[in-house]
Amino acid sequence: MTNTVFSLVSIGAHPTSGRPRRAEQDARAVELGLQLAGDKLQVLHAGNIAEPTLRSYLGMGLPQLQVLEQLAGSDALPVLSEYLRDAGAQVVLTGSQAETGEGSGMLPFLLAEQLGWPLIVGLAQVESIDAGVALVLQALPRGQRRRLKVRLPFLATVDNAAPKPRQSAYGPAQRGELAAHEVEVEHDELFTGALLQPAKPRPKRLKVIKAKSGADRMKAATAKASGGGGQVLKGLSPEAGAEAILKLLVEEGVVR
Amino acid sequence: MLNTLLPILLFAALGLAVLGALRRVNMWRRGRSSKVDLLGGLLAMPKRYMVDLHHVVARDKYIANTHVATALGFVLSALLAIVVHGFGLQSRILGYALLLASTLMFVGAIFMYLRRRNPPARLSKGPWMRLPKSLMAFSVSFFLVTLPVAGILPADFGGWLLAALLSVGVLWGVSEMFFGMTWGGPMKHAFAGALHLAWHRRAERFGGGRSTGLKPLDLSDKTAPLGVEKPKDFTWNQLLGFDACVQCGKCEAACPAFAAGQPLNPKKLIQDMVVGLAGGTDAKFAGSPYPGKPVGEHGGNPHQPIVNGLVDAETLWSCTTCRACVEECPMMIEHVDAIVDMRRHLTLEKGATPNKGAEVLENLIATDNPGGFAPGGRLNWAADLNLPLLSDKGSCDVLFWVGDGAFDMRNQRTLRAFVKVLKAAGVDFAVLGLEERDSGDVARRLGDEATFQLLATRNIQTLAKYSFKRIVTCDPHSFHVLKNEYGAFNGNYRVQHHSTFMAELIGEGALNLGQYKGNSVTYHDPCYLGRYNGEYEAPRQVLQALGIEVKEMQRSGFRSRCCGGGGGAPITDIPGKQRIPDMRMDDIRETGAELVAVGCPQCTAMLEGVVEPRPLIKDIAELVADALLEDPAPAKAPLKREPAEVH
Repeated sequence: MTNTVFSLVSIGAHPTSGRPRRAEQDARAVELGLQLAGDKLQVLHAGNIAEPTLRSYLGMGLPQLQVLEQLAGSDALPVLSEYLRDAGAQVVLTGSQAETGEGSGMLPFLLAEQLGWPLIVGLAQVESIDAGVALVLQALPRGQRRRLKVRLPFLATVDNAAPKPRQSAYGPAQRGELAAHEVEVEHDELFTGALLQPAKPRPKRLKVIKAKSGADRMKAATAKASGGGGQVLKGLSPEAGAEAILKLLVEEGVVR
Repeated sequence: MLNTLLPILLFAALGLAVLGALRRVNMWRRGRSSKVDLLGGLLAMPKRYMVDLHHVVARDKYIANTHVATALGFVLSALLAIVVHGFGLQSRILGYALLLASTLMFVGAIFMYLRRRNPPARLSKGPWMRLPKSLMAFSVSFFLVTLPVAGILPADFGGWLLAALLSVGVLWGVSEMFFGMTWGGPMKHAFAGALHLAWHRRAERFGGGRSTGLKPLDLSDKTAPLGVEKPKDFTWNQLLGFDACVQCGKCEAACPAFAAGQPLNPKKLIQDMVVGLAGGTDAKFAGSPYPGKPVGEHGGNPHQPIVNGLVDAETLWSCTTCRACVEECPMMIEHVDAIVDMRRHLTLEKGATPNKGAEVLENLIATDNPGGFAPGGRLNWAADLNLPLLSDKGSCDVLFWVGDGAFDMRNQRTLRAFVKVLKAAGVDFAVLGLEERDSGDVARRLGDEATFQLLATRNIQTLAKYSFKRIVTCDPHSFHVLKNEYGAFNGNYRVQHHSTFMAELIGEGALNLGQYKGNSVTYHDPCYLGRYNGEYEAPRQVLQALGIEVKEMQRSGFRSRCCGGGGGAPITDIPGKQRIPDMRMDDIRETGAELVAVGCPQCTAMLEGVVEPRPLIKDIAELVADALLEDPAPAKAPLKREPAEVH
């Protein structure tokens, strides 16, 4: 089973300099894969084999990295799904969102859809894999974890809740092998055809500090994406429920 | 009876010594090859021994005189004893000469014995406590057996009882002095030491020279190991150097990490390398252990990885590369080279740089600075200074190498002060601006030779585009790397520390300086300026020019104690019992000074990290800038500028 764990990697960009580097989340996917499968982990990249940054993944101690050779602007989705299906992948780990290119964060979802596999978002730890079923921990906001049972094969994205990637060392990076695979290049119409423009930063909401005590402030500072004014309605008739939802949508300006 | 016994004893011991020497030589030969002038080194050895080594030993007059007496006495006694008693050439003159030599040796041995009656903690005990007695046994026995030769006593004086006693004494003496010398006894230091001096890996150090730059790894050679994993990965003359250690513990007494209770003791480290090259455990080590690590739990052999067998990784990462041990070592052993060699393996092969190490190295690769700041902000500190860029000018007298301190708000004050001085002196200077990269100092000390070479070659490429007369920098680490370590990659420049440059400016009268108005001042010598580059005078001259009388610390000049900021030590951050900068601040407080002048951004950061109340910390550039007298301002014509176009 351990030789059917795959990690998908991409080329990252340093947040301040923008220079190519090992992508943070993808490196975590490799780290998780190494902890899971050791030497037998297979690492897959779709793109340019001449990119020197790929070696920084090899530096984590990988003997080999499979590269599906593609030009920039090609669609990685079909080649990846075909390769993974043919290779008999059981567990596929990937970062949540690429640091370069489109970076839409859609790849894992589309890939899971194409393969028809379950997808786990924010995988933190794989506890056990037994008889075709994996017991995993999923990361939730505020450090919460949810234990999930998932049948193989499955695909999982990792974010910053996954273990920190090990250091990339120069020696293994130089010795590791980049294995090229020729694949049918499929042009990504959506990406290359569309006009790319820098995203405008969304105006920030004013932060009104309502906290009265230090504990409140701490809570406000550490709170992560909680809905806030949520409301749990129980035991309502469908009509009353629908009315409550409609009222909220009108309030939020979704329905006018 | 003695006449038949003595030659047998002497030649048996000598024969065994030769066997031992061959065995020892074979141990050293397990190391990798190294380019050394074998014959030239041997010829130069006596001078190196009597001049260079003696200079280091002579810092302690007592032991220097003692050693001269003992060593000279022994060498003469041994040679004469072989002639007189071995070959039976019993002339009276030779007899008297032997008596004289053994007396000299005996006197030395007495003083050696006195030193060891209540030995300081840095000295190793064990077999070393036996050595003075062995020296006495050797000298007294040969003195007595030579009396008849000199004709002072009749040949059969004392009968067989004395003869038996003397033969026991001679046996003891020659066992320790001849046999023990090559079979691992304390006298090994004489045999290995002499050859170590002959085939030292930094022959430039002899004759008053200086060689402090780390030696580059040849990364293009795929068969060469990346650093040192096993003892046999050292070069053979490094192994020989370890074997030369006399366990005097001068390094231990000088080591800031040892004093701070971090798990490093340079003497023990060298002895562990000896264990590694010969095989065995450290159980027999009779000196101070690594703080917090009991002796006897580690062992290894030439073919086994050093880390986590012989030595723990945190021992290697405790070193601040301050070079105090190398400076103190009377055998001129290169501790720092060995530590960095082993770190190279850990970083380049294992990816095991502790704590923030990995992050710093990644930042250096991706942003050219250890903090991971946006490279575009490198000149933000000088946004209002209108600094001339070398890319605009093409050439200048002085290239001001800013260093990574550009990203540090405290150091920016120093940089701005130095710019003020440069402008006041009317120096034709320029900066590289965004073209500058980290010098590679930290990467190299953390063992990442690949990243160092990447940064170095890129900096050299940049520098090759322009013409300038010299480089001046406020950072002794950049100074050292640019001056001493870029040469191996064809980057040869005239580099100066800002204190040297300011001393020159003051000497030329280019600065209109007032006097320092403040209280007493002491000066902290940065390791990379002082011990690495021998610049002790210029900073003091500058301070003197400001009317400051420096209240020297006990440990100043070449004995200056490290601030704890070198060698990536703040990044790897190995815990100890106290912090090195706190200890240094205590040294500073001892002088009663209210301000400490520094010349290094690392020292500034480390010393300012000590909790208040404490003396103030100011860079020399700041002191000079504060004392600058403004020229009577020329009537300023209002500057007319073209209105800038706004986009």
